[in-house]
Amino acid sequence: MSSLSTQHVLALHDLNVSDINLILDTARSFKEINERPIKKLPTLRGRTIVNFFLEPSTRTRVSFEIAAKRLSADGINFSSSGSATSKGESLIDTAKTLDAMNCDLVIIRHKYAGSPYILTQNMRAPVINGGDGKHQHPTQALLDLYTMREHFGSIEGLKVGIVGDIAHSRVCGSLIEGLSMLGAQVTLIAPPTLLPVAPEVLGYPGGTPVTCTSDLESVLPELDVAYMLRIQLERIEKAPFPSLREYARLFGINTKRMAMMKPDAIIMHPGPVNRGVELSSEAVDTAKNLLLYQVNAGVAVRMALMYLLLGGDADGTVS
Amino acid sequence: MALLLKGGRLIDPACKLDRVTDIVIRDGKIVELGAKGKKLSIPKGTEIDCTGCIITPGLVDMHVHLRDPGYEYKEDLASGGAAAAKGGFTAVLGMPNTKPIIDTGSRVRAVNEKAREATRTKILVSGSLTSGLKGEALSEMGDMHAAGAVAFTDDGRGVQDNSLMLRAMEYVKQFGAPVLTHCQDEELVADGVVNEGAVSTRLGLAGWPALGEELEIARDIALCELTGCPLHIQHISTKRGVELVASAKEKGLPVTCEVTPHHLFLSEENLDETYNTNFKMNPPLRTEADRNFLVDALVKGTIDCVATDHAPHARHEKSLEFELAPFGTTGLETALSLMVTHLVDKDLLDWDVLVERMAHAPRRILALEAAKLKVGATADLTVIDPEIIWTVTPDCFESKSNNSAFIGAELKGRARHVFVDGYATLENGKVVA
Repeated sequence: MSSLSTQHVLALHDLNVSDINLILDTARSFKEINERPIKKLPTLRGRTIVNFFLEPSTRTRVSFEIAAKRLSADGINFSSSGSATSKGESLIDTAKTLDAMNCDLVIIRHKYAGSPYILTQNMRAPVINGGDGKHQHPTQALLDLYTMREHFGSIEGLKVGIVGDIAHSRVCGSLIEGLSMLGAQVTLIAPPTLLPVAPEVLGYPGGTPVTCTSDLESVLPELDVAYMLRIQLERIEKAPFPSLREYARLFGINTKRMAMMKPDAIIMHPGPVNRGVELSSEAVDTAKNLLLYQVNAGVAVRMALMYLLLGGDADGTVS
Repeated sequence: MALLLKGGRLIDPACKLDRVTDIVIRDGKIVELGAKGKKLSIPKGTEIDCTGCIITPGLVDMHVHLRDPGYEYKEDLASGGAAAAKGGFTAVLGMPNTKPIIDTGSRVRAVNEKAREATRTKILVSGSLTSGLKGEALSEMGDMHAAGAVAFTDDGRGVQDNSLMLRAMEYVKQFGAPVLTHCQDEELVADGVVNEGAVSTRLGLAGWPALGEELEIARDIALCELTGCPLHIQHISTKRGVELVASAKEKGLPVTCEVTPHHLFLSEENLDETYNTNFKMNPPLRTEADRNFLVDALVKGTIDCVATDHAPHARHEKSLEFELAPFGTTGLETALSLMVTHLVDKDLLDWDVLVERMAHAPRRILALEAAKLKVGATADLTVIDPEIIWTVTPDCFESKSNNSAFIGAELKGRARHVFVDGYATLENGKVVA
């Protein structure tokens, strides 16, 4: 059984504060291992972990894949092209098929919100949401929380500005909840056309409330973290802003804006970056260590989550 | 042979009738009502004890999808007719989005003929406003009207082209039949699947904004004012939409509207992270504030009638990712019970108002013969057991489909007998073929 309070991680709010702390603490010890020349642990030997990716993804899929291999699990990649789903099999039937093969853990990425829940209803294995539509992307949020916690020591009281396409972002669905749960003050910064209709519901009930603005420079000097969302050029319909040029001018971070930030403030980005849009090339180069740290932490956080969901204890044993 | 319904409480506001009395039916007509101190002159024949029951003019559902022809795996005229009987309805109005689409006189005739063999429930036919529901050119509405179509609608889609909608309403006016409109601005709504607001934000689903409905209601009312063509707004779901209808009525325009039981008794708050596709409707479930306003407007009469938008879908179609599943819930077999449970039993609605909203208003809107509880009238009757308690389960339906948003609900009140032209279609809660 899982040492977390939940069997599946479909949304960040499936976890409570002590779950999050346990995941981040466990990730820290895995991160150490990831720096060794021999990076493999025998912990999940004999377990089958399925990467069920119904939407193109490189970063997240590779990160999960490496995490599974580092824990000695047998990782299977199952993507939409070449799988049954492209032949018209329903998600329910595919889930039952995977279940019949006795998988131990499934990670799903799908463009439709709520699809991970369908898996939980049709298979026995724990399910990790690797991103569902515009809903949630909890492992991205966990690795971001990890990065902030390692950098600042604690998340409570941090002022975090999230800049960009909040309305279509599954990262926000998870990250805002996590930050609000752990006591950070979140400001959403975007043109009104990219703000969600009801931003207040993205916070965590009882957590710190979320505020919104469309004036980046008015809040930038107070921020500890400027979290820049990727403008997903391929997904944005009906042009919510006139041009990338104007977007970069109003909401991008460049040298001038970096100078407005607090000296110890950091810039984060879930990647991949559109250089010259969310961040100018100079800003990317300044921030690159931290952006790569996020990627690096992603493997450790995913290892921690797999390990804990499959029954690992904080002391390093698997039941 | 005469049929005696004994001891029921007859309620019909059209006849100012609310009393316990016997009723005798013969040759499809009501031939006698009991009176104090007077014996029935036709005492013989079959007798049905209706003690404790309420007898009303037959209920009419003016918005159902019978799926026949073309989608018989979801529903057909026989199963749809049976579902209507089970729910207490004597007549239903089928929408034209079948396959083929009902957009010619011969297709209207074909449904009417098939319906006569398939069911005793009165199946009324509506024809499409535009050919193939494409919103591009008028369909042959004159032919369809001559073949028996009682209303015209592109239900499921709003006509996007303003000038085409103007021509459609100008043209339909000559037939005296109403235009029924599904109000949806496709540019504003785009891929919306749930009400735009807190729930669309929380669940990461594309929002279906209230304005997408209200703008088209406003346009259609403007076109009604210009043309004088009777306009009926289908499945109204927002407060502002109802306010638009209210102000049109104040001006004396021939505008009416309907509300569904799911918009009356459910809201977006029913949606959670289980992404239950039975709560995926078009228009979507709105806010609690909208819902409360709709209930109030139905009670007051700004909303003229209740119609279910009965939308059966097969299990494999609804068991998909929320964004991929089709819109709609079944409604025929739960509507009356929901109205009794949530409104009548809570003293929010009187029985005679329920009869007005579910029996008289739909007939008036569709310009059908009125159904009255009086001697000489057609014996279309619904006998309701107001006290029975029952639970909605997936296997309780006469409909071929069970995609009900009310599965699990415990309801009070249900039709016990239904008579169409004097013949039973429902007897002691059992559908009579």
